[in-house]
Amino acid sequence: MNTLTDTDNMPRRPPWGWLVLGFAAWVAAYASLSPFADSAIAALGLTRQTHLGEAVHFFFYDTPKVLLLLTGIVFLMGVVHTFVSPERTRAMLSGKRLGVGNVMAASLGIVTPFCSCSAVPLFIGFLSAGVPLGVTFSFLISAPMVNEVALALLFAMFGWKVAGLYLALGLTVAIVAGMVIGRLNMERYLEEWVRAMQASQSVDYAGETLHWAERIDAGVAHVKDIVGKVWPYILAGIGVGAAIHGYVPEDFMASIMGKDAPWWSVPAAVLIGVPMYSNAAGIIPIVEALIGKGAALGTVLAFMMSVIALSLPEMIILRKVLKLPLIATFAGVVAFGILIVGYVFNLVL
Amino acid sequence: MKIIKVLGTGCANCRNTLQLIDEVARAKGIEIQLEKIEDLQQIMSHGVMSTPGVLIDGKVVHAGGVPARAKVESWF
Repeated sequence: MNTLTDTDNMPRRPPWGWLVLGFAAWVAAYASLSPFADSAIAALGLTRQTHLGEAVHFFFYDTPKVLLLLTGIVFLMGVVHTFVSPERTRAMLSGKRLGVGNVMAASLGIVTPFCSCSAVPLFIGFLSAGVPLGVTFSFLISAPMVNEVALALLFAMFGWKVAGLYLALGLTVAIVAGMVIGRLNMERYLEEWVRAMQASQSVDYAGETLHWAERIDAGVAHVKDIVGKVWPYILAGIGVGAAIHGYVPEDFMASIMGKDAPWWSVPAAVLIGVPMYSNAAGIIPIVEALIGKGAALGTVLAFMMSVIALSLPEMIILRKVLKLPLIATFAGVVAFGILIVGYVFNLVL
Repeated sequence: MKIIKVLGTGCANCRNTLQLIDEVARAKGIEIQLEKIEDLQQIMSHGVMSTPGVLIDGKVVHAGGVPARAKVESWF
C-alpha cells in the first residue's frame, strides 16, 4: 500500500490486474481439486480401495474445496459490505410497515456487515431512527443466522440444495418471528433509557464514499479476518469427518437423531443448542460429524440454528436494553420457528 | 492538540483501534489525547451504530471495524 507518499486526494488505481489473476488462479485451483487429492494419496502410497486411503482422500479433497469456496464467497461479501453500511440499511428500514419492512430487514441482514459485539448499538440505533420493533428483530435474527460463512460452508459440504433451504427457511424464521413480535406491541418492555432514545432524534453519521481500490482492500481484509479465524475449525471438522469415515458405524446417531427417531429429538436438539454459543464456522464440524453418522438433516440444522441464533451470552447483553418478558418472547418465538424448520426439513428430505 | 475518542463496547476490535491510533500518532510524533468511550448511551448519542467508531474533536470520522492504517495516517 502506498501510504506516506499518498498525500493528495487522488484515488489509488484499483488493482484490477491482481483481481483477474486471483480469479484465474481460483478457477484453476478449483478445477484441479480431484487430481490434487488423487496425487496426494498416490504420493503417500495409498489407494482409495482401503479405508485409510479413502479417509485421506476425503480429507485432501474436501479441505481445499471448502477453503476455496469460503475464500471466494467471503471476498465477494467483503466487497458487498462496502456498499451496505448499517447506517444505510437503517435509513432504508426507517418508518417501514410490518410485513414489507420485515422482509426487507431479514434480506438486508444477509448483506449488512454485522458483528455480534455491535448487536446492541445496532438495535438501539435502528429503534431511534424509527425502525419498528418487529422489523428490528427481523434484522437481528437474520444477520447472525443467515450469513455468508454459514451458507458457504453448507454449500461446500452438502451442496446447493441444503444451502438454499437453509437460506429460505432462515429468512422465513427471521421474517415471521419479527412480525409476531411486532404484532404483540411489546414496546413497553424496552428499558426506559432506550425508549427515551427512541423519542429523541440522534445525529446521523453519513458514512463516506469509497473508491474501488478501497472496496477491493476491504474484500481482502475480510478474507484475512474470516478465513484466518475459521480455518482451524474447518480442518478439525473435516479431519474428524475423515477419521470416522468407515470406523464409526454409519447409523451411529440414527436411533436418537435420525429420521425415525422419536418426535422429541428436534426440540431436544434446539434446547441443547441454546446454552452453546458458537458462530457458524465453529458449529460446522459438529454438523458434518452428526450428518455423516446418520442424524437427520432437519434435526441437525435446527441444532445449528439454535446454537447461532439463540445464545445465553447474547441474551445477557440484550438484557441491557430489553426487559425480561421481551427477551423471553424473542427466545420463545425464534425457538418455535426453528422447531418447525427442523420438522419441515425432516419431512421434505 | 487533537482530542480523539474511540467509541466501542469493549470488543477486541475496539482495543485494536485504540492501539493503532496510538501507534500512528507516536510514529508521526503528534501529541494527541486518546480516550475510550464504553457507555452505550454516549456512543449512541453520536449516531454511531457499528462499533468501533472514531471521533476527532467531536466529529465522527470512522465507524464500523478497525480503520486501515492509511486512513488513520490521513487524520494527522
